Amino acid sequence: MAESSLHQAAKTAGAKSYLQIVDVVKKFGDNTVVDHINLSIAKNDIFALLGSSGCGKSTLLRMLAGMETPTSGKIILDGEDITALAPYERPINMMFQSYALFPHMTVAQNIAFGLKQDRLSRSDIAERVERMLELVQMKKYAHRKPYQLSGGQQQRVALARSLAKRPKLLLLDEPLGALDKKLRQQTQLELVNMIEQVGVTCIMVTHDQEEAMTMAGRIGIMSEGQLLQVATPGEIYEHPNCRFTAEFIGETNLFGGHVVEDEPDHVCIHSIELPRPVRVGHGITGTMGMPVWLSLRPERVGVSRQQPVVSGNWAAGTVGDIAYLGGFSIFHVRLDSGKVVKASVPATHWREEAAPTWNEPVFVSWTDNDAVVLTQ
Amino acid sequence: MQSKDISGFGKLTLGAGLAFLYVPILILIVYSFNASKLVTVWASFSTHWYGVLFNDDAVISAFGLSLKIALFSSAMSVVLGTIAGLVLARFGPFKGKSLFAGMLTAPMVMPEVITGLSMLLLFVEMQQWFGFPAERGMLTIWVGHVTLCMAYVTVVIRSRLVEMDRSVEEAAMDLGARPFKIFFQITLPIIAPAIASSFLLAFTLSIDDLVITAFLSGPGSTTLPQLIFSRVRLGLNPEINALATMTVLVVTLLVVGANRMMVKAERRRARLAAAA
Repeated sequence: MAESSLHQAAKTAGAKSYLQIVDVVKKFGDNTVVDHINLSIAKNDIFALLGSSGCGKSTLLRMLAGMETPTSGKIILDGEDITALAPYERPINMMFQSYALFPHMTVAQNIAFGLKQDRLSRSDIAERVERMLELVQMKKYAHRKPYQLSGGQQQRVALARSLAKRPKLLLLDEPLGALDKKLRQQTQLELVNMIEQVGVTCIMVTHDQEEAMTMAGRIGIMSEGQLLQVATPGEIYEHPNCRFTAEFIGETNLFGGHVVEDEPDHVCIHSIELPRPVRVGHGITGTMGMPVWLSLRPERVGVSRQQPVVSGNWAAGTVGDIAYLGGFSIFHVRLDSGKVVKASVPATHWREEAAPTWNEPVFVSWTDNDAVVLTQ
Repeated sequence: MQSKDISGFGKLTLGAGLAFLYVPILILIVYSFNASKLVTVWASFSTHWYGVLFNDDAVISAFGLSLKIALFSSAMSVVLGTIAGLVLARFGPFKGKSLFAGMLTAPMVMPEVITGLSMLLLFVEMQQWFGFPAERGMLTIWVGHVTLCMAYVTVVIRSRLVEMDRSVEEAAMDLGARPFKIFFQITLPIIAPAIASSFLLAFTLSIDDLVITAFLSGPGSTTLPQLIFSRVRLGLNPEINALATMTVLVVTLLVVGANRMMVKAERRRARLAAAA
């Protein structure tokens, strides 16, 4: 772990950073909730902290907002150390999960609240409130009270309120968590558009991987207070750096094994769950014989009746369950070793022949570039 | 509303229960319009005793004093109780918190005789040492009532603050408001209904308190409950019935008012919850 955090620090120091989180630790009593986090975020980036509940992501966000004080470490925003600043002194605004709208104020008064604290002139406030209402398309509702609005409308008011002060950093705590699923998908891109229109650096916290992947330019995976991987959504999905990330993001087939051939351009992994060593077309930092995990995404696994002509990466088995999902089906193929491999096969694959059915013997196969070796 | 669902036996017990509660009060009200001087013998309808009541200076001044004490002590206990509730609900765990909470609410469970007696002893002691308070009267009664009422206010305000969404206050802080401002601009307006109802609660507690008042009052400071009590001991007279009827009227109005306010606040909160 020490090696990875050093690696992380070296990697993040290189990036042009607007917000820097330097070795931040937060302990509640003996319980370490945030464990030596290093992170830097570029200007106008939308960054998502993704993790299951209790992984420390919300605590990290609250430390950025100033609601919690780090036990140790520093937070630097735009060259200024803000670690010790009170929440009301920070150029950071947050959109709360519950939206936290002021129930006794109208929509316009809610948006104006932050501006009034800055003692802006009355006309400036009115103008900015107007612009914010326009941005979130809530002009019609300016004089409504929060309880007269739907969940989606409340969310937009909350966004407008947190953007009104033109913060250097916008924090979103589970921004769509309170909306129902259908509305959520539609709102994701809408929210990104609004944030990009304003041009603000943004950190969001979510437990929903789909939300993170749709909205964020970069994602940080958190588990047990540690930042496991920071990368673009594509990189995280295609090249997870550890077992947790591979399992957390999307579905995957995992095989335990060890390295039997270690070359700069490829490695071979032997797993007792697979009949023959698997060839993977990328080098790893590791040694011969070291235990590793092999991650194979279901959509990378092919299913066929004929024995594949390639020499290495295939296995024989029988079809167990089939989950028909319309556009594609998920085949649960039981290998001779007893391991069940999930393969997601698009419906278009079965144009020439009928799809295999239950208990039919089939072969699963994949290419050198499909499997990923996880050394952690 | 659901009267159709109540069985005959249910109706009977309900009727008996209600009668047990309200028939005495009804009789009291009816006899306040009695022309006779005897409370228990009906002569004819008359508003004579109301006339007597409204010309009775002792009753009027006692009523004025009770009203004054009730207003002052409910105002003071709302201020102190809100501060105490805020400390208990918002200031996190601090050393001696449970002791503080226990001592604040002790007057609720402490027999009033004890509260009254101990405060009397305190004031007597203070008078001997500092010469203050010079004599027992409105001031000492006020202090006693505040002690009692504040306990109730604290409980009401604290529970309201605990159930309030804290992130609303955090949002205000995040938007640049300092703690003091947050309290007055955000917290206070949100808990206003609870403050109003705890004010009414304190008011009713203070205005009909007899025990603590009996210990802490001095010559020349007789509250209405004290006056009624002493008059009843001398012998009943329909004037007291008239006075009691007026009291029932005032209390009913207050209770109905408080109830409506609470129902309104509850509905508002329910609507808020439904919208969220």
